[in-house]
Amino acid sequence: MKEPKQLSVSAIESGTVIDHIPASSLFKVIQILRLDNIPNQITFGTNLESKTDGKKAIIKIAGVFFEDEDINRIALVAPKAKLNIIRDYEVIEKKVVEVPDTIHGIAKCMNPKCITNFEKVPTRFRVTSKKPIALKCHYCEKITDQERLEII
Amino acid sequence: MKTKSLVSIDDLSTDEITKILKLAGDFEKNPVQDLLPGKVVATLFFEPSTRTRLSFESAVNKLGGRIIGFTDSSTSSVTKGETLYDTIRMVSSYADLIVMRHPIEGSARYASEVSVVPIINAGDGANQHPTQTLLDLYSIQKTQGTLDNLNICMVGDLKYGRTVHSLLMAMSRWNTTFNFVAPDELRMPDEYKLYLNNLGLRYHETSDLSEVITTADIVYMTRVQKERFSDPMEYEKVKNAYVLHKSMLSDSKPGMKILHPLPRVNEINTDVDNTNNAYYFTQALNGVYTRQAIICTLLGIK
Repeated sequence: MKEPKQLSVSAIESGTVIDHIPASSLFKVIQILRLDNIPNQITFGTNLESKTDGKKAIIKIAGVFFEDEDINRIALVAPKAKLNIIRDYEVIEKKVVEVPDTIHGIAKCMNPKCITNFEKVPTRFRVTSKKPIALKCHYCEKITDQERLEII
Repeated sequence: MKTKSLVSIDDLSTDEITKILKLAGDFEKNPVQDLLPGKVVATLFFEPSTRTRLSFESAVNKLGGRIIGFTDSSTSSVTKGETLYDTIRMVSSYADLIVMRHPIEGSARYASEVSVVPIINAGDGANQHPTQTLLDLYSIQKTQGTLDNLNICMVGDLKYGRTVHSLLMAMSRWNTTFNFVAPDELRMPDEYKLYLNNLGLRYHETSDLSEVITTADIVYMTRVQKERFSDPMEYEKVKNAYVLHKSMLSDSKPGMKILHPLPRVNEINTDVDNTNNAYYFTQALNGVYTRQAIICTLLGIK
């Protein structure tokens, strides 16, 4: 018997598809891109089989095209994410995310004595290494590395 | 436009450091100058540090300025739960400049972003204490006549010592040779050695002080604290290896000077105090001139 050919998450007419998100990071990506606050049609699937990365998630956002600067914010939680820009059901452009040079918010400073863990100060980091990730806190000047990276 | 603050020694260019040191030299020659009439300097010490506070207050007084502030957060509204944000917003409307010491790391950087007047960081936890570094540089330059091509020997707690890390970063702007003398548990962290490697500067690590004392222009002593050791037996074994005695100075260079951020406990024997190499008390006095120079620079007076 023939398998029915269908997509796990239905196609969009135009917009952005974010693929190869680690399944465990799906909701962090939604949060970072503030997708819970926009009126557009959004479909997503998670725990999908990926040939390369175990369980992955995918998000399709109709009618939204991100600036690189905004989309790169997800690099900390989904470093291998791939973007397909869709118009008329066709992929017109493919992009990969890049870790930016500075990170505002998103990550928590691992230093328990840092001011950002005491008062309502948004975190700020300079990226001192992109692979593996190392972030230098703008305030306490301590390094938060990949192992201790925690997303707010 | 952002007000110029001094939070970290890295905030200053080498040119700005040179200017501050030169100005400090002017204040040493002529310390009492009426440059701050009508100016109010706030000294906010969220944790006590008598030495640093007195040094700043002496500097302000010699310049004819006035001081407001507190010496300990238990006597301020911080105990009522006021945030640092609110304290700084409030005080920056009362004062022309704020000197602050705070146990939380990054607090001074944050304050500098909140305040409308310059902030001088007088220590934020284990992070930065740039005025100490500047007074160290002043002392080195004054005793050696230069900051270039010197041999600096750092002794004691090189792992947690904030002052040695800042001094290392600052002196790496010049062609400096470093010797690190520390017990195994308190060695200079790799990130600083890597930093020197990348700059092509030379350093040498040893646990034997007498081995490097003869080549040093500056011996920078720090306190080895018992509570830094995971094993108290280890402390007992090493505690006397990092104590400087007069007898150890016989083969040192004639111009070699011993610095210490103070307070000392026993790491410099008192028989060293009357040698020509002892400089730590003069170093503390230099702190007043250096802070006069920093205050005037940030206020744009000099």
